[in-house]
Amino acid sequence: MAYVIVGTCINDSACVDVCPVDAIHPRPDEPGFVRADMLYIDPQACIDCNACAEACPIGAIYAPNKLPPQLERYRQINALMTRGIPA
Amino acid sequence: MNPALRVAVIGAGPSGLYAAVDLLKRHPEARVDVFDRLPVPGGLVRSGVSPDHALRRAVIAVCERLALGSGRFRYFGNMTLGEQFQVQDLREHYHAMLFASGAGSDRRLGIPGEDLRGSHPATAFVGWYNCHPDHAGQRFDLSAERAVVVGNGNVALDVARMLLLPVDELRHTDMADHALDVLAESRVREVVILGRRGPAQAAFTAPELLELATLQGVDIAVEGALPERVADAGQALRLQLLRELQQRPSSGAARRLVLRFLSSPEAILGSDRVEALRIARNRLVEGADGEPRAEATGETENLETGLVFRSVGYRAEPLPGLPFDPQRAVLPNAEGRVLDPERGHAPLPGCYVAGWLKRGPSGVIGTNKICSRETVTALLADASAGRLGAAPQAGTELPALLQRGREVLVDYDGWKRIDRQEQARGAPQGRPRARLASVAEMLLTANG
Repeated sequence: MAYVIVGTCINDSACVDVCPVDAIHPRPDEPGFVRADMLYIDPQACIDCNACAEACPIGAIYAPNKLPPQLERYRQINALMTRGIPA
Repeated sequence: MNPALRVAVIGAGPSGLYAAVDLLKRHPEARVDVFDRLPVPGGLVRSGVSPDHALRRAVIAVCERLALGSGRFRYFGNMTLGEQFQVQDLREHYHAMLFASGAGSDRRLGIPGEDLRGSHPATAFVGWYNCHPDHAGQRFDLSAERAVVVGNGNVALDVARMLLLPVDELRHTDMADHALDVLAESRVREVVILGRRGPAQAAFTAPELLELATLQGVDIAVEGALPERVADAGQALRLQLLRELQQRPSSGAARRLVLRFLSSPEAILGSDRVEALRIARNRLVEGADGEPRAEATGETENLETGLVFRSVGYRAEPLPGLPFDPQRAVLPNAEGRVLDPERGHAPLPGCYVAGWLKRGPSGVIGTNKICSRETVTALLADASAGRLGAAPQAGTELPALLQRGREVLVDYDGWKRIDRQEQARGAPQGRPRARLASVAEMLLTANG
């Protein structure tokens, strides 16, 4: 299981600053950041520490078991969009 | 005691507030005064973000808390550069000034009929439903059955959603009362969104598209073929979502949204008001930079409509007393240091820029955080290297420049009175707030 960022995301990147395992991409120093629609959590790297959810200024990050059903699609999108990014 | 660094930030939208917070965090003695031309801060987070996305507005409260926690932050609202104060006044009070007043105007289409009744900038419509004092008094006639939005960025999708959502789904939001009333009477049943280039080059983001898919009572038509070849993962996701929308069977809903691509507006037609839009059909060709570019095929079509919104980008206006690059509509700058074209593009000492005024209107709210951070890095480096220019003569007391605007100044306490009043007005209806629609009302509340 892993935390999930949903579409409300504003790319504030406070989550990136606090993630202890560099699971959130694109980071501001990665080339894709400027044009990223939103940020994503790599489910392979996430350790469920909750730091990102606490740091997010707008509550756009959900614990794996708290993701509202209508936002379920974002679980797959987070995985899809971080695939191939080295953790 | 003279603090080490006093900075004026002009503009209390996301880029200005992000810059203020970053300055206060990274320089333990910096004092930051944030100015805004409106009584209330927030910029486009308050008046651009759509009412059904109000969760995003929380970023302003977070910045406020961080800035306030420093004890070195002041807010001066309803203060307009060039009216109540000039750049020269700022020089007398501050070691540095950081301009972050954004891009307040919209880009025009430059086609015949653009000023016919029924043709509007999307920014005016957005400002209207979000109760921006500049637009709250405007009138929108929504008696046409079809509306066309030119441009397909997130603003275009917001406009379409506001026109198509059942008004009852908006009654619990902070949408302006006058907009709720007009939307309740709206006869708009179809919104056509036009993109100049193809689906792969569309400007909307994946989350906005996903949201369209969840709209109740709205059928979505994605016209034309969708390309298989993609440039990156983001594009692949957007195309995948478009494909899913395209394959969804029509439900026969009363309202319809059409995403049309490879279409440029050529003329808005009508005698005294908008009656139709002439659309030129495009094809994609590779531009000199390798990017796909739209080229007219010569084919045209007239689309009947009573309402046209142009949503082809924001544009910054020059600021009095500062250089301006009219081509890019930004303050000429390097990493946020304002450059003076009249002195060989040397940095203008003590002058900085962030946000859309620095890089043009692109990105989402948080993109400005990184942009502002870059500018603050330059400012702090210049401060420690002694490159800010002559130190200000005046002290830290309420700047003399504010004495002149004293009757209209809205300080932090005044803003909080407006904030509380708006929330109290909204509470009985279960809304986050019901906004004050004019500067006069805001001033009354701020002084009350």
